[in-house]
Amino acid sequence: MSEYSEVDLEKFKHLLSERALIGETMVLNMGPQHPSTHGVLRLILELDGEVVVNCIPDVGYLHTGIEKDMEFRIYEKAVTMTDRMDYLNPLGNNLAYCLAVEKLTELDVPPRAQVIRVIVAELQRLNNHLLWMATMGLDFGALSVWLYAMREREFELDINELISGSRMMTSFLRPGGLWRDVPVEFEDMVRHYLGMLPRRIDQYEALLTKNEIFLDRTKKVGIITKEQCIQQGVTGPILRASGVAHDLRKAQPYSGYEQYDFIIPTRPEGDVYARYLVRLEEMRQSLRIIDQGLKKLPYGPVRSNNRKIVPPPRSEIGVSMEALIHWFKLWTEGFPVPKGSVYATTESPRGELGFFIESDGGTKPYRIHVRTPSFEIIEAMPIMMRGHLVADVVAIIASTDIVLGDCDR
Amino acid sequence: MDELLQAACAAIQVRYDADLQEFRGEYTLFLTPETVVDAAQTLRDEFTFEMLMDVTGVDYWPQLEPRFHVVYQFYSLNHHQRLQFRVPLNGNAPSLPSLAGIYASANWREREVFDLMGIYFDNHPDLRRIMLPADWEGFPLRKDHPLGYEEVQFTFNVDEINKRKRKPGRYEK
Repeated sequence: MSEYSEVDLEKFKHLLSERALIGETMVLNMGPQHPSTHGVLRLILELDGEVVVNCIPDVGYLHTGIEKDMEFRIYEKAVTMTDRMDYLNPLGNNLAYCLAVEKLTELDVPPRAQVIRVIVAELQRLNNHLLWMATMGLDFGALSVWLYAMREREFELDINELISGSRMMTSFLRPGGLWRDVPVEFEDMVRHYLGMLPRRIDQYEALLTKNEIFLDRTKKVGIITKEQCIQQGVTGPILRASGVAHDLRKAQPYSGYEQYDFIIPTRPEGDVYARYLVRLEEMRQSLRIIDQGLKKLPYGPVRSNNRKIVPPPRSEIGVSMEALIHWFKLWTEGFPVPKGSVYATTESPRGELGFFIESDGGTKPYRIHVRTPSFEIIEAMPIMMRGHLVADVVAIIASTDIVLGDCDR
Repeated sequence: MDELLQAACAAIQVRYDADLQEFRGEYTLFLTPETVVDAAQTLRDEFTFEMLMDVTGVDYWPQLEPRFHVVYQFYSLNHHQRLQFRVPLNGNAPSLPSLAGIYASANWREREVFDLMGIYFDNHPDLRRIMLPADWEGFPLRKDHPLGYEEVQFTFNVDEINKRKRKPGRYEK
């Protein structure tokens, strides 16, 4: 039985300390099926009693070859693959992909589509942070936070369902705009959500922020410094919780983010508690952005009228021969894209999400690579864990807010 | 073009004989495997490009010279500027020096490129497969790798397909 129960030390020899090899410290396997690893993350922990000496993350259990798969789809159809990477931020992934294709084809996006894109992207951020708070509460033993946050997340999923017909795999944003205009109920639903959520966030704060047990488990736990974050390429709320006010929505604005008034929350500590506070404040800022977006939501088309790239509306097919030809060509052959490569980035709830697309002039992407934020965060996890107790490992994983679908692709 | 970006591009072009290309407002420097480490060091220390955001590869099979490009994305946190490096590589089992000594984030990104494209990184601290199982054969993101299906074998083409099937150790160094 020994080969089943023990970690193969030979394989990780160069990563473990000498004490592990002579049996002084224990090498413990955690995951990939552990309920607290947020997906299928496997950690190999080297323990000295209860203290973590080293940690070796092992990823790839959710690798589905999405990059390869996208090479065999036309640009319009490859959108569906992007939903399936980071399943808590599907519309944000659509957005990053569409920005890359639009950069490559120099396609314009109408103002109404831009504003709706911003609104749905911020709704996704709320969705993600709510689920993060729910699972973090669960990991700390605060079951009520899980129930409350999941309840609010349900409203957000209802909005997804309203606009796209699907609660998670939306594929709502397309190169050149949106799949279709939002229904008339959209504005009311989002306003209702905006009216409800600020008070609910206050309620979560009342449950957690000054909770003695919560503070004991989060303060001075899992510290990562500014320099370490930069070295490891960690972006997003973790970088901001370490004192760097960096947000791509401000640094390299896309989709008209420069017109919105919001602040970048930062904390200097870099521990689990700081990340909690930063994400909480980010939720409030997202609400502000959505509010501003709704106030200035213009009327007009939601798709570019470049008929060589964007399929014409269904209503024209019956009366226009050109529209029918374009419809047929665009959905079978796809649109050709100029030769070259671009790297487009957005600020996903986890950090910098970048799409590298190389085109050979054909209708299918020659090579797509996705720079996903979770990958770097998991790589930096050993830094946060060294010297902490096994019980804190769960807290640290929860605070990093990783999605393994995002990491493994 | 931003001042910092201009200075960085000019310095690296002169010092390391690099080619500069611009496409859609993105700047790419073409380097060789011999100069990429020094150029990255210069970029980080002198021009404050302190983050390596991404490392990836592109396969131009069946073209062999160059067959691969390795693409690096650098980012300057204070100046919000991006710069790309591209290193063309020849042959079926190419290698180039690792940047893991300069940028810690290169460690896993290079492992990913090695795992999926089969590009070897010299002096890498931990060059193991990362996404695929350790005993996997072949490199799936290469263009000569099929998309997860097996060709149907009939009596008339069974020999031809068997000939095409990869042998273990074909890409080993």
